[in-house]
Amino acid sequence: MLAEPRIVYNEGYLDEQTKRVVRRALLKGIAIPGFQVPFASREVPMPRGWGTGGVQVTASVIGPDDLLKVIDQGADDTTNAVSIRQFFERVAGSESTTRTDEATVIQTRHRIPETPLAEGQILVYQVPIPEPLRFLEPRETETRRLHALEEYGLMYVKLFEDISRYGHIAKTYDYPVMVNGRYVMAPSPVPSFDNPKMHMNPALQLFGAGREKRIYAVPPYTSVESLGFEDFPFEPQQFDQPCQICGSSGVYLDEVVTDDAGGAMYVCSDTDHCTRAASAVGFRASRTRGEWDFPATGTGTEGAVQ
Amino acid sequence: MIAESASPLLSVSGAGHHYGNRFGCRGVSFDLWPGEVLAVVGESGSGKSTLLGMLSQRLNIDEGSVHYQTAEGQMTDLATLSEPEVRRLWRTEWGFVHQNAAEGLRMHVSAGGNVGEPLMANGARHYGKIRARAADWLQRVEILADRIDETPATFSGGMRQRVQIARNLVFGPRLVFMDEPTSGLDVSVQAKLLDLIRSLVADLGLAVVVVTHDLAVARLISHRTLVMQGGQVVEQGLTDRVLDDPQAAYTQLLVSSILKG
Ligand SMILES: Nc1ncnc2c1ncn2[C@@H]1O[C@H](COP(=O)(O)OP(=O)(O)OP(=O)(O)O)[C@@H](O)[C@H]1O
Ligand SMILES: [Mg+2]
Ligand SMILES: [Zn+2]
Repeated sequence: MLAEPRIVYNEGYLDEQTKRVVRRALLKGIAIPGFQVPFASREVPMPRGWGTGGVQVTASVIGPDDLLKVIDQGADDTTNAVSIRQFFERVAGSESTTRTDEATVIQTRHRIPETPLAEGQILVYQVPIPEPLRFLEPRETETRRLHALEEYGLMYVKLFEDISRYGHIAKTYDYPVMVNGRYVMAPSPVPSFDNPKMHMNPALQLFGAGREKRIYAVPPYTSVESLGFEDFPFEPQQFDQPCQICGSSGVYLDEVVTDDAGGAMYVCSDTDHCTRAASAVGFRASRTRGEWDFPATGTGTEGAVQ
Repeated sequence: MIAESASPLLSVSGAGHHYGNRFGCRGVSFDLWPGEVLAVVGESGSGKSTLLGMLSQRLNIDEGSVHYQTAEGQMTDLATLSEPEVRRLWRTEWGFVHQNAAEGLRMHVSAGGNVGEPLMANGARHYGKIRARAADWLQRVEILADRIDETPATFSGGMRQRVQIARNLVFGPRLVFMDEPTSGLDVSVQAKLLDLIRSLVADLGLAVVVVTHDLAVARLISHRTLVMQGGQVVEQGLTDRVLDDPQAAYTQLLVSSILKG
Protein backbone atom coordinates (compact mmCIF):
# COMPACT_ATOMS: atom_id res chain seq x y z
CA MET A 1 0.00 0.00 0.00
CA LEU A 2 1.28 3.37 -0.94
CA ALA A 3 1.51 6.12 1.57
CA GLU A 4 -0.62 9.08 0.63
CA PRO A 5 1.70 11.60 -1.02
CA ARG A 6 2.38 14.61 1.10
CA ILE A 7 1.32 17.74 -0.67
CA VAL A 8 4.02 20.34 -0.56
CA TYR A 9 2.74 23.84 -1.07
CA ASN A 10 4.85 26.60 -2.39
CA GLU A 11 5.51 29.12 0.30
CA GLY A 12 2.44 31.30 0.66
CA TYR A 13 0.40 28.80 -1.37
CA LEU A 14 0.60 30.79 -4.64
CA ASP A 15 3.35 29.84 -7.10
CA GLU A 16 6.24 32.26 -7.51
CA GLN A 17 5.02 33.47 -10.89
CA THR A 18 1.61 34.41 -9.48
CA LYS A 19 3.16 36.14 -6.50
CA ARG A 20 5.35 38.14 -8.82
CA VAL A 21 2.27 39.26 -10.74
CA VAL A 22 0.54 40.31 -7.53
CA ARG A 23 3.65 42.07 -6.21
CA ARG A 24 4.07 43.98 -9.44
CA ALA A 25 0.48 45.16 -9.13
CA LEU A 26 1.12 46.07 -5.48
CA LEU A 27 4.19 48.11 -6.37
CA LYS A 28 2.26 49.93 -9.03
CA GLY A 29 -0.56 50.53 -6.56
CA ILE A 30 1.88 51.93 -4.00
CA ALA A 31 3.40 54.19 -6.64
CA ILE A 32 -0.04 55.58 -7.55
CA PRO A 33 -1.93 55.77 -4.23
CA GLY A 34 -5.63 54.97 -4.59
CA PHE A 35 -5.40 53.85 -8.21
CA GLN A 36 -7.01 50.49 -9.02
CA VAL A 37 -4.46 48.21 -10.68
CA PRO A 38 -5.83 45.25 -12.67
CA PHE A 39 -4.19 41.91 -11.90
CA ALA A 40 -4.63 38.29 -12.91
CA SER A 41 -6.55 36.96 -9.93
CA ARG A 42 -6.21 33.28 -8.99
CA GLU A 43 -8.46 30.74 -7.37
CA VAL A 44 -7.68 30.30 -3.70
CA PRO A 45 -9.53 27.87 -1.42
CA MET A 46 -11.34 30.16 1.02
CA PRO A 47 -14.41 29.95 3.21
CA ARG A 48 -17.62 30.91 1.45
CA GLY A 49 -18.23 34.61 1.33
CA TRP A 50 -14.70 35.56 2.20
CA GLY A 51 -13.43 36.54 -1.18
CA THR A 52 -9.87 35.89 -2.24
CA GLY A 53 -8.32 39.24 -3.09
CA GLY A 54 -7.08 39.95 0.42
CA VAL A 55 -5.76 36.42 0.77
CA GLN A 56 -3.83 36.68 -2.48
CA VAL A 57 -2.29 39.94 -1.35
CA THR A 58 -1.37 38.46 2.03
CA ALA A 59 0.04 35.36 0.34
CA SER A 60 2.25 37.56 -1.81
CA VAL A 61 3.71 39.63 1.02
CA ILE A 62 3.94 37.13 3.87
CA GLY A 63 7.03 35.11 4.80
CA PRO A 64 8.06 32.68 7.55
CA ASP A 65 9.27 35.56 9.73
CA ASP A 66 5.91 37.26 9.74
CA LEU A 67 3.35 37.36 12.50
CA LEU A 68 -0.12 37.29 11.01
CA LYS A 69 -3.31 38.56 12.58
CA VAL A 70 -6.66 37.93 10.90
CA ILE A 71 -9.86 39.67 11.92
CA ASP A 72 -13.44 39.08 10.88
CA GLN A 73 -15.42 42.15 11.90
CA GLY A 74 -13.16 43.07 14.81
CA ALA A 75 -12.76 39.52 16.09
CA ASP A 76 -9.82 37.13 15.92
CA ASP A 77 -11.80 34.11 17.01
CA THR A 78 -14.52 33.61 14.41
CA THR A 79 -14.43 30.43 12.35
CA ASN A 80 -13.36 32.32 9.24
CA ALA A 81 -10.59 34.28 10.94
CA VAL A 82 -9.26 31.11 12.54
CA SER A 83 -9.30 29.10 9.34
CA ILE A 84 -7.51 31.80 7.35
CA ARG A 85 -4.87 32.06 10.07
CA GLN A 86 -4.42 28.30 10.04
CA PHE A 87 -4.23 28.30 6.26
CA PHE A 88 -1.24 30.63 6.36
CA GLU A 89 0.39 28.79 9.22
CA ARG A 90 0.30 25.73 6.99
CA VAL A 91 1.27 27.23 3.65
CA ALA A 92 3.52 30.11 4.64
CA GLY A 93 4.98 28.79 7.87
CA SER A 94 4.09 32.12 9.43
CA GLU A 95 3.23 32.46 13.07
CA SER A 96 -0.09 33.86 14.13
CA THR A 97 -1.05 36.36 16.75
CA THR A 98 -4.14 38.15 17.92
CA ARG A 99 -2.18 41.15 19.17
CA THR A 100 -2.40 44.14 16.87
CA ASP A 101 0.80 45.62 18.24
CA GLU A 102 2.78 42.44 17.55
CA ALA A 103 1.43 41.56 14.11
CA THR A 104 3.49 42.39 11.04
CA VAL A 105 0.64 41.59 8.66
CA ILE A 106 -3.02 42.09 9.54
CA GLN A 107 -5.70 40.78 7.24
CA THR A 108 -9.11 42.38 7.65
CA ARG A 109 -12.50 42.70 6.04
CA HIS A 110 -14.58 45.12 8.11
CA ARG A 111 -12.44 46.88 10.65
CA ILE A 112 -9.25 48.75 11.27
CA PRO A 113 -7.92 47.79 14.71
CA GLU A 114 -8.35 50.26 17.56
CA THR A 115 -4.69 49.96 18.51
CA PRO A 116 -2.81 52.47 16.35
CA LEU A 117 -0.67 50.82 13.70
CA ALA A 118 3.03 51.46 13.40
CA GLU A 119 5.64 51.75 10.70
CA GLY A 120 6.55 48.39 9.24
CA GLN A 121 3.10 46.90 9.66
CA ILE A 122 0.94 45.93 6.69
CA LEU A 123 -2.85 46.09 6.79
CA VAL A 124 -4.46 43.97 4.06
CA TYR A 125 -8.11 44.64 3.23
CA GLN A 126 -10.37 42.08 1.61
CA VAL A 127 -12.44 44.17 -0.84
CA PRO A 128 -15.70 43.04 -2.45
CA ILE A 129 -16.37 46.06 -4.72
CA PRO A 130 -13.35 48.22 -5.53
CA GLU A 131 -15.10 50.78 -7.77
CA PRO A 132 -16.60 53.65 -5.76
CA LEU A 133 -18.39 55.10 -8.82
CA ARG A 134 -20.09 51.84 -9.79
CA PHE A 135 -23.51 52.48 -8.25
CA LEU A 136 -24.15 55.44 -10.55
CA GLU A 137 -22.03 54.46 -13.53
CA PRO A 138 -22.03 50.71 -14.19
CA ARG A 139 -19.83 50.95 -17.30
CA GLU A 140 -16.27 50.02 -16.41
CA THR A 141 -14.80 51.85 -19.42
CA GLU A 142 -16.51 55.03 -18.30
CA THR A 143 -15.53 54.81 -14.61
CA ARG A 144 -11.91 54.24 -15.63
CA ARG A 145 -12.07 57.36 -17.78
CA LEU A 146 -13.61 59.35 -14.92
CA HIS A 147 -10.72 58.36 -12.65
CA ALA A 148 -8.15 59.10 -15.34
CA LEU A 149 -9.57 62.57 -15.96
CA GLU A 150 -10.26 63.18 -12.27
CA GLU A 151 -13.95 63.80 -12.98
CA TYR A 152 -15.56 63.12 -9.63
CA GLY A 153 -18.80 65.11 -9.90
CA LEU A 154 -20.67 61.83 -9.94
CA MET A 155 -19.35 60.80 -6.54
CA TYR A 156 -20.76 63.98 -5.07
CA VAL A 157 -24.13 63.31 -6.72
CA LYS A 158 -24.45 60.26 -4.49
CA LEU A 159 -23.69 62.30 -1.38
CA PHE A 160 -26.04 65.06 -2.61
CA GLU A 161 -28.85 62.53 -2.97
CA ASP A 162 -28.26 61.27 0.56
CA ILE A 163 -28.49 64.75 2.05
CA SER A 164 -31.62 65.56 0.03
CA ARG A 165 -33.28 62.34 1.16
CA TYR A 166 -32.10 61.88 4.74
CA GLY A 167 -30.83 65.29 5.75
CA HIS A 168 -27.31 63.94 6.12
CA ILE A 169 -24.85 61.65 4.34
CA ALA A 170 -26.28 58.25 5.16
CA LYS A 171 -23.38 56.09 4.10
CA THR A 172 -21.93 54.46 7.21
CA TYR A 173 -19.49 51.98 5.67
CA ASP A 174 -17.32 51.85 2.55
CA TYR A 175 -17.46 55.64 2.77
CA PRO A 176 -15.60 57.10 -0.24
CA VAL A 177 -12.26 58.79 0.28
CA MET A 178 -9.88 60.92 -1.74
CA VAL A 179 -6.38 59.47 -1.60
CA ASN A 180 -3.35 61.73 -1.83
CA GLY A 181 -5.56 64.47 -3.29
CA ARG A 182 -5.97 62.57 -6.53
CA TYR A 183 -7.92 59.29 -6.68
CA VAL A 184 -11.32 58.61 -5.16
CA MET A 185 -11.18 55.19 -3.51
CA ALA A 186 -13.58 52.69 -1.92
CA PRO A 187 -12.13 51.74 1.46
CA SER A 188 -13.92 48.34 1.47
CA PRO A 189 -16.74 47.82 3.95
CA VAL A 190 -15.04 49.33 6.99
CA PRO A 191 -17.34 51.53 9.04
CA SER A 192 -16.96 55.26 8.47
CA PHE A 193 -15.88 55.26 12.13
CA ASP A 194 -12.58 53.81 10.91
CA ASN A 195 -12.05 56.22 8.00
CA PRO A 196 -9.99 58.75 9.96
CA LYS A 197 -7.53 55.96 10.86
CA MET A 198 -6.54 55.60 7.20
CA HIS A 199 -5.31 59.18 7.04
CA MET A 200 -1.53 59.53 7.46
CA ASN A 201 -1.33 56.02 8.84
CA PRO A 202 2.27 54.87 9.42
CA ALA A 203 1.38 51.36 8.19
CA LEU A 204 1.18 50.22 4.59
CA GLN A 205 -2.45 49.62 3.56
CA LEU A 206 -3.08 47.16 0.73
CA PHE A 207 -6.45 46.36 -0.82
CA GLY A 208 -7.31 43.22 -2.79
CA ALA A 209 -10.48 42.48 -4.76
CA GLY A 210 -10.28 38.92 -6.12
CA ARG A 211 -13.47 38.55 -8.12
CA GLU A 212 -12.99 42.02 -9.59
CA LYS A 213 -9.26 41.45 -10.17
CA ARG A 214 -8.15 44.77 -8.71
CA ILE A 215 -5.43 45.76 -6.28
CA TYR A 216 -4.83 49.19 -4.78
CA ALA A 217 -2.81 50.70 -2.00
CA VAL A 218 -2.30 53.54 0.40
CA PRO A 219 1.39 53.95 1.27
CA PRO A 220 2.43 55.00 4.78
CA TYR A 221 1.75 58.62 5.73
CA THR A 222 -0.59 59.30 2.83
CA SER A 223 -3.47 61.72 3.00
CA VAL A 224 -6.88 60.01 2.98
CA GLU A 225 -9.77 62.47 3.09
CA SER A 226 -13.37 61.35 3.44
CA LEU A 227 -15.55 63.20 0.95
CA GLY A 228 -18.13 65.72 2.02
CA PHE A 229 -19.62 69.12 1.28
CA GLU A 230 -18.48 72.38 2.84
CA ASP A 231 -21.81 72.67 4.65
CA PHE A 232 -22.20 68.89 5.21
CA PRO A 233 -18.71 67.69 6.00
CA PHE A 234 -17.88 64.04 6.62
CA GLU A 235 -18.81 62.95 10.10
CA PRO A 236 -17.61 59.59 11.31
CA GLN A 237 -19.98 57.47 13.37
CA GLN A 238 -19.75 58.13 17.09
CA PHE A 239 -20.53 56.06 20.14
CA ASP A 240 -21.66 57.88 23.21
CA GLN A 241 -21.14 55.19 25.79
CA PRO A 242 -18.00 53.25 26.70
CA CYS A 243 -17.53 49.52 26.16
CA GLN A 244 -19.39 47.68 28.90
CA ILE A 245 -16.61 45.14 29.26
CA CYS A 246 -13.39 47.11 29.26
CA GLY A 247 -14.68 50.64 29.73
CA SER A 248 -12.93 52.01 26.64
CA SER A 249 -14.57 54.98 25.02
CA GLY A 250 -14.02 56.28 21.54
CA VAL A 251 -14.06 52.74 20.19
CA TYR A 252 -16.36 50.97 17.75
CA LEU A 253 -19.05 49.09 19.64
CA ASP A 254 -21.16 46.07 18.73
CA GLU A 255 -24.57 45.53 20.23
CA VAL A 256 -24.74 42.13 21.83
CA VAL A 257 -28.10 40.68 22.84
CA THR A 258 -27.78 39.29 26.33
CA ASP A 259 -31.17 37.72 27.04
CA ASP A 260 -34.55 36.87 25.57
CA ALA A 261 -36.14 39.93 27.14
CA GLY A 262 -34.43 42.26 24.69
CA GLY A 263 -31.54 43.09 26.98
CA ALA A 264 -28.41 44.19 25.17
CA MET A 265 -24.99 45.46 25.94
CA TYR A 266 -22.47 47.45 23.96
CA VAL A 267 -19.01 46.00 23.70
CA CYS A 268 -15.87 46.56 21.66
CA SER A 269 -15.95 45.01 18.21
CA ASP A 270 -12.14 44.79 18.42
CA THR A 271 -11.68 41.73 20.65
CA ASP A 272 -7.93 42.13 20.97
CA HIS A 273 -8.29 45.70 22.16
CA CYS A 274 -11.07 44.76 24.55
CA THR A 275 -9.24 41.86 26.09
CA ARG A 276 -6.12 43.86 26.73
CA ALA A 277 -7.94 46.96 27.88
CA ALA A 278 -9.95 44.86 30.31
CA SER A 279 -6.88 43.18 31.75
CA ALA A 280 -5.12 46.53 31.98
CA VAL A 281 -7.87 47.81 34.26
CA GLY A 282 -8.02 44.61 36.26
CA PHE A 283 -10.92 42.74 34.69
CA ARG A 284 -10.47 39.11 33.92
CA ALA A 285 -9.11 39.09 30.45
CA SER A 286 -10.62 36.05 28.86
CA ARG A 287 -13.22 37.06 26.38
CA THR A 288 -14.90 34.79 23.94
CA ARG A 289 -18.06 35.45 22.03
CA GLY A 290 -21.17 34.94 24.10
CA GLU A 291 -19.32 34.47 27.34
CA TRP A 292 -18.32 37.62 29.11
CA ASP A 293 -16.73 38.45 32.38
CA PHE A 294 -17.70 41.93 33.28
CA PRO A 295 -18.39 43.85 36.46
CA ALA A 296 -21.98 44.07 37.63
CA THR A 297 -21.89 47.82 37.66
CA GLY A 298 -20.66 49.96 34.85
CA THR A 299 -17.33 51.62 35.14
CA GLY A 300 -16.04 54.73 33.56
CA THR A 301 -12.46 53.56 33.66
CA GLU A 302 -10.66 54.19 30.41
CA GLY A 303 -8.90 51.20 28.96
CA ALA A 304 -5.34 52.21 28.38
CA VAL A 305 -3.82 49.91 25.86
CA GLN A 306 -0.63 50.33 23.98
CA MET B 1 -7.04 88.74 -30.39
CA ILE B 2 -10.25 89.21 -32.30
CA ALA B 3 -13.19 91.03 -30.77
CA GLU B 4 -16.12 88.73 -30.06
CA SER B 5 -18.48 90.32 -32.58
CA ALA B 6 -15.87 90.04 -35.29
CA SER B 7 -15.58 86.27 -35.37
CA PRO B 8 -18.06 83.42 -35.35
CA LEU B 9 -18.47 81.02 -32.44
CA LEU B 10 -18.26 78.04 -34.78
CA SER B 11 -16.67 78.03 -38.19
CA VAL B 12 -17.30 74.84 -40.14
CA SER B 13 -15.48 74.25 -43.39
CA GLY B 14 -15.97 71.24 -45.68
CA ALA B 15 -16.49 69.04 -42.64
CA GLY B 16 -17.54 65.39 -42.81
CA HIS B 17 -17.81 62.23 -40.75
CA HIS B 18 -17.89 58.74 -42.15
CA TYR B 19 -19.15 55.43 -40.81
CA GLY B 20 -16.81 52.84 -42.29
CA ASN B 21 -16.60 53.75 -45.94
CA ARG B 22 -19.93 55.64 -46.06
CA PHE B 23 -20.23 59.29 -45.16
CA GLY B 24 -22.87 60.21 -42.57
CA CYS B 25 -22.38 63.84 -43.55
CA ARG B 26 -19.79 65.60 -45.70
CA GLY B 27 -18.81 68.91 -47.25
CA VAL B 28 -20.62 70.90 -44.55
CA SER B 29 -19.67 74.57 -44.30
CA PHE B 30 -21.26 77.34 -42.25
CA ASP B 31 -20.54 79.91 -39.54
CA LEU B 32 -22.50 80.17 -36.32
CA TRP B 33 -22.45 83.54 -34.57
CA PRO B 34 -22.82 84.24 -30.85
CA GLY B 35 -26.50 84.42 -29.91
CA GLU B 36 -27.58 82.75 -33.13
CA VAL B 37 -30.00 79.82 -33.38
CA LEU B 38 -29.36 77.53 -36.31
CA ALA B 39 -31.86 74.83 -37.28
CA VAL B 40 -30.69 71.75 -39.16
CA VAL B 41 -33.60 70.20 -41.06
CA GLY B 42 -33.98 67.27 -43.45
CA GLU B 43 -35.63 63.90 -43.72
CA SER B 44 -34.73 60.85 -41.69
CA GLY B 45 -31.23 59.58 -42.46
CA SER B 46 -30.12 62.85 -44.05
CA GLY B 47 -27.22 63.20 -41.59
CA LYS B 48 -28.57 65.73 -39.09
CA SER B 49 -27.59 63.82 -35.95
CA THR B 50 -24.26 62.89 -37.48
CA LEU B 51 -23.52 66.56 -38.09
CA LEU B 52 -24.52 67.47 -34.54
CA GLY B 53 -22.40 64.65 -33.13
CA MET B 54 -19.43 65.81 -35.15
CA LEU B 55 -19.79 69.47 -34.14
CA SER B 56 -20.07 68.54 -30.48
CA GLN B 57 -17.05 66.23 -30.77
CA ARG B 58 -18.93 63.06 -29.99
CA LEU B 59 -17.95 61.93 -33.49
CA ASN B 60 -14.65 62.50 -35.28
CA ILE B 61 -14.14 65.16 -37.90
CA ASP B 62 -12.89 62.91 -40.70
CA GLU B 63 -12.48 65.62 -43.32
CA GLY B 64 -12.58 69.40 -43.39
CA SER B 65 -12.44 71.35 -40.14
CA VAL B 66 -14.48 72.84 -37.31
CA HIS B 67 -13.08 75.83 -35.46
CA TYR B 68 -14.57 77.00 -32.16
CA GLN B 69 -14.04 80.32 -30.44
CA THR B 70 -13.31 79.42 -26.80
CA ALA B 71 -14.34 81.55 -23.83
CA GLU B 72 -10.84 83.01 -23.96
CA GLY B 73 -11.57 84.26 -27.47
CA GLN B 74 -9.21 81.86 -29.24
CA MET B 75 -10.31 80.21 -32.52
CA THR B 76 -9.44 76.55 -31.89
CA ASP B 77 -9.39 73.68 -34.36
CA LEU B 78 -11.54 71.11 -32.54
CA ALA B 79 -9.67 68.20 -34.12
CA THR B 80 -6.52 69.24 -32.25
CA LEU B 81 -8.09 69.07 -28.78
CA SER B 82 -7.22 66.23 -26.42
CA GLU B 83 -9.94 64.19 -24.76
CA PRO B 84 -9.66 66.08 -21.43
CA GLU B 85 -9.93 69.38 -23.31
CA VAL B 86 -13.06 68.23 -25.12
CA ARG B 87 -14.57 67.02 -21.88
CA ARG B 88 -13.79 70.35 -20.28
CA LEU B 89 -15.76 72.04 -23.07
CA TRP B 90 -18.67 69.65 -22.39
CA ARG B 91 -18.57 70.53 -18.69
CA THR B 92 -18.12 74.25 -18.96
CA GLU B 93 -19.05 75.67 -22.38
CA TRP B 94 -21.36 73.30 -24.27
CA GLY B 95 -24.75 71.81 -23.49
CA PHE B 96 -26.28 68.84 -25.29
CA VAL B 97 -30.01 68.14 -25.15
CA HIS B 98 -30.93 64.67 -26.40
CA GLN B 99 -34.19 63.65 -28.01
CA ASN B 100 -34.42 60.80 -25.56
CA ALA B 101 -34.26 62.21 -22.03
CA ALA B 102 -32.91 58.91 -20.72
CA GLU B 103 -29.68 59.59 -22.63
CA GLY B 104 -29.23 63.01 -21.09
CA LEU B 105 -30.45 62.40 -17.55
CA ARG B 106 -29.83 59.99 -14.72
CA MET B 107 -33.32 58.61 -14.48
CA HIS B 108 -32.91 57.39 -10.89
CA VAL B 109 -31.24 60.47 -9.47
CA SER B 110 -33.50 63.26 -8.19
CA ALA B 111 -34.30 66.23 -10.43
CA GLY B 112 -32.22 68.38 -8.05
CA GLY B 113 -29.29 65.97 -8.30
CA ASN B 114 -29.54 65.91 -12.09
CA VAL B 115 -29.45 69.68 -12.36
CA GLY B 116 -26.83 69.99 -9.62
CA GLU B 117 -24.46 67.44 -11.14
CA PRO B 118 -22.84 69.80 -13.70
CA LEU B 119 -22.11 72.22 -10.86
CA MET B 120 -20.52 69.44 -8.81
CA ALA B 121 -18.59 68.33 -11.90
CA ASN B 122 -17.20 71.85 -12.07
CA GLY B 123 -16.07 71.73 -8.46
CA ALA B 124 -19.03 73.15 -6.51
CA ARG B 125 -18.86 71.69 -2.99
CA HIS B 126 -21.49 73.61 -1.04
CA TYR B 127 -24.68 71.56 -0.83
CA GLY B 128 -26.94 74.48 0.06
CA LYS B 129 -25.74 76.60 -2.86
CA ILE B 130 -25.90 73.73 -5.34
CA ARG B 131 -29.42 72.90 -4.26
CA ALA B 132 -30.52 76.53 -4.41
CA ARG B 133 -29.22 76.89 -7.95
CA ALA B 134 -30.81 73.63 -9.02
CA ALA B 135 -34.10 74.78 -7.51
CA ASP B 136 -33.83 78.10 -9.30
CA TRP B 137 -33.25 76.40 -12.64
CA LEU B 138 -36.05 73.91 -12.12
CA GLN B 139 -38.33 76.85 -11.48
CA ARG B 140 -37.13 78.53 -14.67
CA VAL B 141 -38.13 75.46 -16.66
CA GLU B 142 -41.44 75.41 -14.80
CA ILE B 143 -40.93 72.32 -12.67
CA LEU B 144 -42.76 72.82 -9.39
CA ALA B 145 -40.51 73.23 -6.36
CA ASP B 146 -41.98 70.22 -4.58
CA ARG B 147 -40.80 67.87 -7.33
CA ILE B 148 -37.08 68.62 -6.79
CA ASP B 149 -36.46 65.43 -4.84
CA GLU B 150 -38.35 63.18 -7.25
CA THR B 151 -36.60 61.30 -10.03
CA PRO B 152 -37.18 61.86 -13.77
CA ALA B 153 -38.35 58.25 -13.91
CA THR B 154 -41.57 59.51 -12.31
CA PHE B 155 -41.91 62.52 -14.66
CA SER B 156 -43.85 62.99 -17.91
CA GLY B 157 -41.96 63.27 -21.20
CA GLY B 158 -42.31 67.05 -21.27
CA MET B 159 -41.08 67.41 -17.70
CA ARG B 160 -38.08 65.20 -18.43
CA GLN B 161 -37.11 67.41 -21.36
CA ARG B 162 -37.41 70.47 -19.14
CA VAL B 163 -35.16 68.90 -16.51
CA GLN B 164 -32.71 68.04 -19.26
CA ILE B 165 -32.74 71.64 -20.46
CA ALA B 166 -32.17 72.93 -16.91
CA ARG B 167 -29.26 70.51 -16.50
CA ASN B 168 -27.74 71.85 -19.70
CA LEU B 169 -28.15 75.53 -18.88
CA VAL B 170 -27.32 75.58 -15.16
CA PHE B 171 -23.56 75.90 -15.69
CA GLY B 172 -23.87 78.82 -18.12
CA PRO B 173 -22.85 77.28 -21.46
CA ARG B 174 -22.04 79.43 -24.50
CA LEU B 175 -23.30 76.95 -27.05
CA VAL B 176 -26.06 74.36 -26.81
CA PHE B 177 -26.66 71.45 -29.16
CA MET B 178 -30.17 70.02 -29.32
CA ASP B 179 -31.21 66.89 -31.21
CA GLU B 180 -34.96 66.81 -31.79
CA PRO B 181 -35.69 68.24 -28.31
CA THR B 182 -39.45 68.26 -28.78
CA SER B 183 -40.24 65.29 -30.98
CA GLY B 184 -41.91 62.38 -29.28
CA LEU B 185 -44.03 64.77 -27.20
CA ASP B 186 -47.72 65.61 -27.58
CA VAL B 187 -48.35 68.55 -29.86
CA SER B 188 -49.57 70.86 -27.09
CA VAL B 189 -46.61 69.91 -24.87
CA GLN B 190 -44.28 70.51 -27.82
CA ALA B 191 -45.60 74.02 -28.34
CA LYS B 192 -45.12 74.95 -24.69
CA LEU B 193 -41.63 73.50 -24.60
CA LEU B 194 -40.61 75.33 -27.76
CA ASP B 195 -41.88 78.54 -26.28
CA LEU B 196 -39.82 77.93 -23.18
CA ILE B 197 -36.68 77.12 -25.19
CA ARG B 198 -37.17 80.22 -27.31
CA SER B 199 -37.48 82.56 -24.35
CA LEU B 200 -34.57 80.99 -22.42
CA VAL B 201 -32.31 81.14 -25.42
CA ALA B 202 -33.23 84.77 -26.05
CA ASP B 203 -32.80 85.73 -22.38
CA LEU B 204 -29.40 84.09 -22.16
CA GLY B 205 -28.23 85.13 -25.61
CA LEU B 206 -27.23 81.53 -26.28
CA ALA B 207 -25.95 80.13 -29.53
CA VAL B 208 -27.86 76.98 -30.44
CA VAL B 209 -27.66 74.31 -33.12
CA VAL B 210 -30.98 72.49 -33.11
CA VAL B 211 -31.72 69.43 -35.21
CA THR B 212 -35.32 68.90 -36.22
CA HIS B 213 -37.26 67.16 -38.95
CA ASP B 214 -40.13 69.58 -38.23
CA LEU B 215 -40.04 72.79 -40.27
CA ALA B 216 -42.47 74.42 -37.85
CA VAL B 217 -39.88 74.03 -35.10
CA ALA B 218 -37.25 75.65 -37.30
CA ARG B 219 -39.66 78.48 -38.10
CA LEU B 220 -40.48 79.10 -34.44
CA ILE B 221 -37.03 79.15 -32.84
CA SER B 222 -34.28 79.57 -35.41
CA HIS B 223 -32.69 82.55 -37.10
CA ARG B 224 -31.09 80.51 -39.82
CA THR B 225 -31.82 77.13 -41.33
CA LEU B 226 -29.60 74.58 -42.95
CA VAL B 227 -31.27 71.94 -45.13
CA MET B 228 -29.64 68.51 -45.44
CA GLN B 229 -30.19 65.72 -47.89
CA GLY B 230 -28.14 62.56 -48.25
CA GLY B 231 -25.48 63.82 -45.84
CA GLN B 232 -24.95 67.11 -47.70
CA VAL B 233 -26.18 70.65 -47.17
CA VAL B 234 -28.45 71.55 -50.08
CA GLU B 235 -29.49 74.99 -48.93
CA GLN B 236 -28.92 77.43 -46.10
CA GLY B 237 -30.02 80.93 -45.22
CA LEU B 238 -32.27 83.00 -43.01
CA THR B 239 -35.09 80.75 -41.84
CA ASP B 240 -37.91 82.88 -43.22
CA ARG B 241 -36.19 83.11 -46.58
CA VAL B 242 -35.50 79.36 -46.77
CA LEU B 243 -39.03 78.41 -45.80
CA ASP B 244 -40.89 81.12 -47.75
CA ASP B 245 -38.73 81.18 -50.83
CA PRO B 246 -36.88 77.85 -51.05
CA GLN B 247 -34.30 77.72 -53.83
CA ALA B 248 -33.23 74.08 -53.88
CA ALA B 249 -35.64 71.63 -55.44
CA TYR B 250 -35.37 69.41 -52.40
CA THR B 251 -36.28 72.25 -50.04
CA GLN B 252 -39.23 73.14 -52.22
CA LEU B 253 -40.42 69.55 -51.94
CA LEU B 254 -39.90 69.56 -48.17
CA VAL B 255 -41.80 72.82 -47.73
CA SER B 256 -44.67 71.83 -50.01
CA SER B 257 -45.04 68.42 -48.36
CA ILE B 258 -45.40 70.21 -45.02
CA LEU B 259 -47.99 72.59 -46.47
CA LYS B 260 -49.97 69.70 -47.91
CA GLY B 261 -49.60 67.60 -44.75
N1 LIG C 1 -23.58 54.51 -35.84
C1 LIG C 1 -23.77 54.45 -37.19
N2 LIG C 1 -23.13 53.52 -37.91
C2 LIG C 1 -23.30 53.46 -39.26
N3 LIG C 1 -24.07 54.29 -39.95
C3 LIG C 1 -24.74 55.24 -39.29
C4 LIG C 1 -24.62 55.38 -37.87
N4 LIG C 1 -25.40 56.39 -37.46
C5 LIG C 1 -25.98 56.88 -38.57
N5 LIG C 1 -25.58 56.21 -39.68
C6 LIG C 1 -25.96 56.48 -41.07
O1 LIG C 1 -25.61 57.79 -41.39
C7 LIG C 1 -26.63 58.42 -42.11
C8 LIG C 1 -27.12 59.66 -41.40
O2 LIG C 1 -27.73 59.29 -40.17
P1 LIG C 1 -28.21 60.33 -39.07
O3 LIG C 1 -28.53 59.57 -37.85
O4 LIG C 1 -27.20 61.39 -38.97
O5 LIG C 1 -29.52 60.89 -39.75
P2 LIG C 1 -30.63 61.87 -39.15
O6 LIG C 1 -30.80 62.94 -40.15
O7 LIG C 1 -30.30 62.29 -37.77
O8 LIG C 1 -31.93 60.95 -39.17
P3 LIG C 1 -33.17 60.90 -38.16
O9 LIG C 1 -34.06 62.06 -38.51
O10 LIG C 1 -33.82 59.61 -38.47
O11 LIG C 1 -32.65 60.96 -36.77
C9 LIG C 1 -27.72 57.37 -42.31
O12 LIG C 1 -27.51 56.74 -43.55
C10 LIG C 1 -27.48 56.41 -41.20
O13 LIG C 1 -27.90 55.11 -41.55
MG1 LIG D 1 -31.24 61.99 -35.87
ZN1 LIG E 1 -14.09 46.69 25.28
